[in-house]
Amino acid sequence: MSKRDIIFYLHIHQPFRVQPYTVFDIGENQNYFLGHEERTDNEAIFHKVAKKSYYPMIALLKKLIATYPNFALNLSVSGLFLEQCEQWDTELLKELQGLIATGRVEVLAETYHHTLSFFYSRFEFEKQVYMHREAIEKYFGKTPRYFRNTELAYNNDLANWVEEAGYKGVLAEGWDPVLGWKSPHYLYRPRTANDIILFMKDYHLSDDLAFRYSDRTWNEWPLTPAKYRSWIEKLPEEEKLINLFMDFETFGEHQWSDTGIFDFFEDFAGGWCEDGNSFLTLDEAANAYEPVGTIDMPYIVTWADNERDLSAWTGNPMQRTAIEGVYALENEILRCGDDQLIRDWRALQTSDHYYYMCTKWFTDGSVHAYFSPYSSPYDGYLYVMNALRDIRYRLYALKRRGID
Amino acid sequence: MLGWELPPHNAGGMGVACYHLAKALASRGMKIDFMLPAAPAPFDIDFMDVHEVKDHQFEDIKKLTYSDDVHSIFKVQDKYLAQVHHYARTEEPPDVIHAHDWLTLRAGMLAKQLMNRPLVAQVHATEFDRSGGGYGNPIIHEIEQHGLMMADKIIAVSHYTKQVIMEQYGIPADKIDVLHNGFSLDDLAAADEVSYKYLDMLHEMGYTIVSTIGRLTLQKGLTHFLEGCAKAAEKHEKLCFVLAGDGEQRDELIARAAELGIGDKTIFTGFVRGSAWRKIYDLSDIFVMSSISEPFGITALEAAAHYTPIIITKSSGAAEVLGHALTYDYWDTDRLGQCIVDVATSLGLAKQMAEDTYAELDTLSWSSLADKCISTYQKAAIGDHIL
Repeated sequence: MSKRDIIFYLHIHQPFRVQPYTVFDIGENQNYFLGHEERTDNEAIFHKVAKKSYYPMIALLKKLIATYPNFALNLSVSGLFLEQCEQWDTELLKELQGLIATGRVEVLAETYHHTLSFFYSRFEFEKQVYMHREAIEKYFGKTPRYFRNTELAYNNDLANWVEEAGYKGVLAEGWDPVLGWKSPHYLYRPRTANDIILFMKDYHLSDDLAFRYSDRTWNEWPLTPAKYRSWIEKLPEEEKLINLFMDFETFGEHQWSDTGIFDFFEDFAGGWCEDGNSFLTLDEAANAYEPVGTIDMPYIVTWADNERDLSAWTGNPMQRTAIEGVYALENEILRCGDDQLIRDWRALQTSDHYYYMCTKWFTDGSVHAYFSPYSSPYDGYLYVMNALRDIRYRLYALKRRGID
Repeated sequence: MLGWELPPHNAGGMGVACYHLAKALASRGMKIDFMLPAAPAPFDIDFMDVHEVKDHQFEDIKKLTYSDDVHSIFKVQDKYLAQVHHYARTEEPPDVIHAHDWLTLRAGMLAKQLMNRPLVAQVHATEFDRSGGGYGNPIIHEIEQHGLMMADKIIAVSHYTKQVIMEQYGIPADKIDVLHNGFSLDDLAAADEVSYKYLDMLHEMGYTIVSTIGRLTLQKGLTHFLEGCAKAAEKHEKLCFVLAGDGEQRDELIARAAELGIGDKTIFTGFVRGSAWRKIYDLSDIFVMSSISEPFGITALEAAAHYTPIIITKSSGAAEVLGHALTYDYWDTDRLGQCIVDVATSLGLAKQMAEDTYAELDTLSWSSLADKCISTYQKAAIGDHIL
């Protein structure tokens, strides 16, 4: 059996969820992101996820790195997550710094506020990517070389931007309509940006862990390391590179510890490395493999829902009303000179807010509902709209003060 | 008198109407025993004797009153019937029994049977109205049918409602008297510190605030309202729409507003009461009552009392008493849109409408209503005599 490589990529992010913010709060308080209602208490949620996922998974990753020289991973960390670490748990920040300091972690670039700004304002997008780079340099002493856009939202335009911005490569969903007869188990180049490398997610094998691992109605449940390994080994001999991309929170939060996810991963990764296979960083893979072809993606492809487009965030009129309302303020906001106001406006761009407003109820509805802090998408929409109105109110108050 | 609620423990306008009617009747020297299905009775009532059913609390039944949970309402009514039995055993029979809506009609019929006194059934709203012009719940419809047939006289709160009773329940016209509700400014809670700063800002920016208040339910015709608003917004940009209230249609309306492209201009306040409620009238430049079927429509009068120009549907009792309101057919969203734009863009029209409508409120006193009510009682008693 010839050797294979895995590119293991994890994404860490926590939004600042909007509180149940009503029309009566507008102009009275600016606590859209602060509050202790159980389901939108950002601090409490942060501590909960830290305990269930971040601490144990970081420990496991460190252990694997210490044990196996051929283990490595790739990581993206949103700016808002780093802010939350600073505010609520600097110990966790140290743990994360320690993990990255092992030298076996490729840290990726993305937008600081975890937004879809690429599709609404290129100027704002670049600012957020810049802010993110500053944060990564400050906390981890590394300058990102590879790019991942929020929600893996990708098209040819993004590839062109990534190339022009000087990155070496970019990640995307290996979605069948895009790949056609091609396999995600190779490196590619974007059709319109030939200097960079495109890494395509194997969504079957990735989502087996991220979404299905603990699903008892899944006909493959329970998934064992041996079974998972056998699926990889059944792939055609020449397909060497397996891209497993998922949320960091898959480990311990989406799949709870008692489902055995940590043990599963430890056994699987250990076995994989012991048998002479490797986990690679993006850069190692870029050096070890040659791209085999080009991929054309004129349309936006993301990693969410059955549609794999932006419909999880902008599919219904409520989502579009809210997100377009937020971006419509850009010029006025950026000229207002009030840093806190700009920060709040950016935190309101976070894609999670729009995800919670999704009204697709069928197979993906349960996924949306699992992550939503609100009793319905309609509530989420009203709260974000009211926060947006307060931002308008603050702009207006500033302007009036300027006139007086 | 068989009541279901009294302020401040009221879920709807019926409690307010009962309170004022009873008070005005008492001031004419009538002695009233007022039955309530739950406790506590309002503490400040000295003009009549209140008999409350102590087994239920208003807090618990308020939510029920407008719900679909007919079974639970029946349970409350059963205790209420027991109270009527008790009354019939222990008290002198009254001269007349006055019941309000289907909620107390079962008790009204029972009281008539037990005490052999004339029954006056006052109709504030029918199941036909509540279901937005449909048949509604057949059990409730049947209780109404039965009660309206057994009643010696019927009081309808509007000609519109009289028409509904005739057409939907087959009751002859001469059995029904129309008594429009009175109106008293005292009913309005004082406006206080509750603020709608966003609406204040919009005002300063030259926006016109168009509001509607009420349960977000089919009867109120709010999907048509939103469509009319969207048409208005196409012609006149600086409009903001406020929907105050809550109800089973909320989510549908939120999504519909966004779909119509007026999501950003449409504010849902959620359930409001007391001063927050009154403040909305204060802030409104135009008030719309879009009901598909509205026996009376107290909110339109309350808005008029705040010098607000009113746009109301023809299928409402309020349209009969507010001659200076603009009216439209509930489905005619083109006309609604045009009316909103006309009032929003003409200060003169808005001012004239507001003043004239305000002046009309003076004619709607509770004390003249009491006189008419006594005359209905007399007719009911004479009818009983002849039989």
